[in-house]
Amino acid sequence: MNDFHYAKASTAKEAADLMNDQPGAVYLAGATTLLDLMKANLAAPPLLIDINTLPFKGIEQTKDGLRIGTMERMSTVGENPLVVQEFPAVSQSLLLAASAQLRNMASIGGNLLQRTRCGYFRDAAFPCNKRQPGSGCPALTGDNHNMAILGTSERCITTSYPGDLAVALLAFDAVLILQNQKGKQRQVPINEFYLLPGDTPHRENVLEAGELIVAVLIPTATHAQHSTYLKVRERTSYAYALASAAVGLDVQNGIIRSARVALGGVGAQPWRSPAAEKVLTGAPANRATFQDAASAALQNAKPRSENAFKIELAQNTLVRALETVANA
Amino acid sequence: MNPTNNPTFADQQSSSDVVGKPLVRVDGRAKVMGAAVYSAEHNQLPDLAHAVIKTSDVAKGRITGFDDSAAKRIPGVLGIFTHLNLPPLAQTPSTSEGKKKIALAMQMSFTPLTSDQIFYAGQPVAIVVADTLEHAQHAAALLKVSVVAETPVVSYRDTQAKLFTPTEGAAAQVPAKRGDAQAAFSNAPVQLTLTCQHATNHHNPMEPGATIAHWEAADRVTVYDTTQAIASTHKALYVMLGLPPDNVRVVTKFLGGGFGSKLTMWPHTVLTAQVAKAVGRPVKLVLTRPQMFTSMGHREDQQQTLRLGATKEGKLLALLHEKISTTSPWDNYAEMNSKIVHMLYACPNFDASVKLARANVMTSTYMRGPGEAPGSFAIECAMDDLAYQVGLDPIAIRLLNHADKDPGTGKPWSSKSLKQCYERGAELFGWGKRNPKNGATRQGNKLVGWGMASGSYPVHDAQGNARVRLYADGHALVQAAATDLGTGTYTIITQVAADSLGIAPENVYFELGDSALPTTAMSGGSRAAGTVSSSVFLAAQDVWQKLIKLAIADQHSPVYKAKPADVEAVKGRLQLKADSTKGEAFITLMQRIGLDDLEGVATGHYGSSYESPEATLNTPQAKKDDAASHSMHSFSAHFCEVEVDTELGTVHVTRWVSVVAAGRILNSMTARSQVIGGSIFGIGAALMEGTVRDPHLARYTNASLADYHVCVHADIPEMTVAFIDEEDRYINAMGVKGLGEVSIVGTSAAVSNAIFHAIGHRLTSLPITPDKVLKALRKTQ
Ligand SMILES: Cc1cc2nc3c(=O)[nH]c(=O)nc-3n(C[C@H](O)[C@H](O)[C@H](O)COP(=O)(O)OP(=O)(O)OC[C@H]3O[C@@H](n4cnc5c(N)ncnc54)[C@H](O)[C@@H]3O)c2cc1C
Ligand code: SF4
Repeated sequence: MNDFHYAKASTAKEAADLMNDQPGAVYLAGATTLLDLMKANLAAPPLLIDINTLPFKGIEQTKDGLRIGTMERMSTVGENPLVVQEFPAVSQSLLLAASAQLRNMASIGGNLLQRTRCGYFRDAAFPCNKRQPGSGCPALTGDNHNMAILGTSERCITTSYPGDLAVALLAFDAVLILQNQKGKQRQVPINEFYLLPGDTPHRENVLEAGELIVAVLIPTATHAQHSTYLKVRERTSYAYALASAAVGLDVQNGIIRSARVALGGVGAQPWRSPAAEKVLTGAPANRATFQDAASAALQNAKPRSENAFKIELAQNTLVRALETVANA
Repeated sequence: MNPTNNPTFADQQSSSDVVGKPLVRVDGRAKVMGAAVYSAEHNQLPDLAHAVIKTSDVAKGRITGFDDSAAKRIPGVLGIFTHLNLPPLAQTPSTSEGKKKIALAMQMSFTPLTSDQIFYAGQPVAIVVADTLEHAQHAAALLKVSVVAETPVVSYRDTQAKLFTPTEGAAAQVPAKRGDAQAAFSNAPVQLTLTCQHATNHHNPMEPGATIAHWEAADRVTVYDTTQAIASTHKALYVMLGLPPDNVRVVTKFLGGGFGSKLTMWPHTVLTAQVAKAVGRPVKLVLTRPQMFTSMGHREDQQQTLRLGATKEGKLLALLHEKISTTSPWDNYAEMNSKIVHMLYACPNFDASVKLARANVMTSTYMRGPGEAPGSFAIECAMDDLAYQVGLDPIAIRLLNHADKDPGTGKPWSSKSLKQCYERGAELFGWGKRNPKNGATRQGNKLVGWGMASGSYPVHDAQGNARVRLYADGHALVQAAATDLGTGTYTIITQVAADSLGIAPENVYFELGDSALPTTAMSGGSRAAGTVSSSVFLAAQDVWQKLIKLAIADQHSPVYKAKPADVEAVKGRLQLKADSTKGEAFITLMQRIGLDDLEGVATGHYGSSYESPEATLNTPQAKKDDAASHSMHSFSAHFCEVEVDTELGTVHVTRWVSVVAAGRILNSMTARSQVIGGSIFGIGAALMEGTVRDPHLARYTNASLADYHVCVHADIPEMTVAFIDEEDRYINAMGVKGLGEVSIVGTSAAVSNAIFHAIGHRLTSLPITPDKVLKALRKTQ
């Protein structure tokens, strides 16, 4: 770990100005992941700009959905009655994540920007294309039991975003409000926010240097109200997913009118499955349909030496999640 | 700190006869209030400086140079030490002379920072000392080490690995064979082969390894260290530093767990003393969590194959055990799994072997239930398989093969209550309602299974000294250089002293964790409780004998002129055996004769070196009984219910019962906690614990507590623990067997057996993660 400076910003402008003055500075929210990276010598920012007092707060009902300020904590959002009622999958994705202590500190913005848990990335002694472009990817022939099977490249096979919230947000068409250093805001749908590794695994999202995530918008929908998040992991709590599924169904008279499917733990990024949604839409809400949808979702999976089990596991996770919603 | 302020009881108020009662930890309040000073917290030392170890990235190679130009520029840096400039030690365990002198006090014979060679990833290559921790960390990060890397050997499974049969070292201590196991197996009507694989496990105590070294003079040092073994750390230090024993003091007042990782001294402790001397300031070193994976040993990755032959009725005929495991480039260490295979059941034919492969890892070490934990997994899974094969209940097969005497030595047991453990466990668990068919109990998406297993752990011979000083105002100072891992040594010894002296526990001040105190056994191999309690009990008897002498010589005493043998001490009173009304409190006597305090000392023996009261009676029969010398073990039975999700592959332990017979239980609450802790440890090993070395680079890929999974609360159900009362007169003066180790033995097997009952597949590759469960279930589909 290196010596660094610390400054507190109370407005977005102050934060932007501080960022302008100090190349390499980094925003600091709950610090739960940034400090870990610094302690492991994976990040060495000269300045931390504390953005916890920025007014990116509140969980509000808008005319077509919910607006969540990114400085809200995972626990607050997960327990919020509006979220629980309108977006059960989003609430569950938050409350099944990390530990109570982490959830009390961690912000929504920080969650969306968490880095991979790949053991090679997290230890500077290893080569890693994501951390050091061109150095290689030891996971290809090494410990890859919890790596991705969808959307990977020969440069990087990890789940770049290993968490949960983004999976649920992706299922329900959330939009991020970003604000650049000049104070200009833009809206980016979450399905355009994350980048697949391709040849540039070090580029993980479309956020520009110094840009802030201000808020998350999630549109209200019947399939979002009838939703769930199922997370399968190697211990009951405080572990990342081997596979997870955020699903929502709007079922009328036994027929699925609309469906949303996103998978976690198996994609190089949170993985929305239009193929599965296509199978589900207009089909009867039964196990056979769900199994077909699960096959469709994993059709292009590319397993490595140790993670072929994830194909079956992700399929079963998806089927179970769909059954849970259909039977609720 | 006086840890004995206001002792309270968990379920009753009591001030006498406290042994066995659930006295709340006497140091608990100090711990939760932050008043307990752990080894890394002696921050009062003047000019305390901080050291940070820089470790090797690669697992094999040679250091070609250091570039410290950037590191040196960090303010406050006091020294950057490498093999090029670190002042040498007087002795190291790498030489044969040093090895002899240091003996078992160090598990690893390799001493880092003595050459340019790199043997394992995480090996210390430099140590940076600075005025603050931040400066030391920053400088260590900036220090550049150039290496020429070579291809390492990763484990016994590596295609480069060369297997050999060790002829010396711990791995050569295979139990003696009996009969002709190979022939008996070949001719056995029922034959069964079980192969188990065990991932590398790490102890991961909450408190990392930490050392503060303070040179009070050029030839005198106090070392605050996280050690479970004061005496051996003391010895290793004075030998390596080349000082007279009296010039080295080792202090460990509190420990945040150890599980074996703190049992022997590791290089970072002496390194801290070396650099403290070099910079001329007290120096603190705390290992980081990632460093904990490469600094204090681990349980080696291993494979064991057990072949079991039996009659059609299920009586054992042969047991053949083979173990293959990874060891370091220098040491022949393997935990001895076959010890328990050797003694758990009556079986006329037994043979065992160990093969090692050297790899680029540090030396593995003792970890809770060393040998017995994995060994019990093999034998107890195999017995479960046998039960199914011959159509017997898992308890019935164990009763059928019950060892009425030690099958290895033929000696009688000093005490054994395994049958009672089965019986009580079955009752508490409701075992009688078990469906004998496996794979047959479905609940929705889940299959439910019940499994059980036995456990055992030997009494390791040990001895230790204690001093008791009784004051005329009715309080006592009790001293022994024991350590308290957090398991309750402070508390149980306070209880023993209180009862032995007939005073309330709040009047006992028990001091431990300092090499200046009377030397005693380490907190390892379940030695501490039995040894320390016995020596304290006997030291109290020494006090009484001295007081009795004074009493019978005092003309104002009610026992004046009595024979010493006619006087006894009961609840703090000296009285005539024949007439208890003729007596007085020791306080009355001491105050009257103007004696401020009186000291007693004693050596307590534990295990085979202990002579039972019968032996001291000197009758021929008693002598014979004692010399028949007994086989001494604690025993246990564990019962487990699991739910296996057949689509997701997840396993949840939903019910648990442990019944333990371990001699006299000194504190029912701390004992229960020990057993719960051991069981959770075993459930973790069964279901989730495993360290992964990259198959090419031999470096761990999950060296953190986020990625090395230990059980969390949500993994663990309500646990039921019961004890079988035992009176064992052959073990030690207090009849205590020790609990730390036996509480894990058999637990992983109970989980695997429950999974087998649930899904009808035997899973023997640990940890049993969802991928393995799904793979097994696919075979059924
Ligand atoms: C042991 C452990 C287990 C975990 N388990 C899970 C899990 O199971 N599921 C899960 O989803 N997550 C898990 N997490 C991740 C956790 O959710 C994140 O650490 C947390 O959400 C990060 O939030 P933070 O506010 O602390 O971010 P910080 O650490 O403060 O910041 C993280 C990054 O985001 C940037 N940043 C933060 N806010 C903004 C913003 N508004 N605009 C622009 N940039 C910003 C920072 O500059 C920094 O680079 C786990 C973390 C740990 C340490
Ligand atoms: S999978 Fe990606 S993050 Fe992991 S080592 Fe390879 S490149 Fe690095």
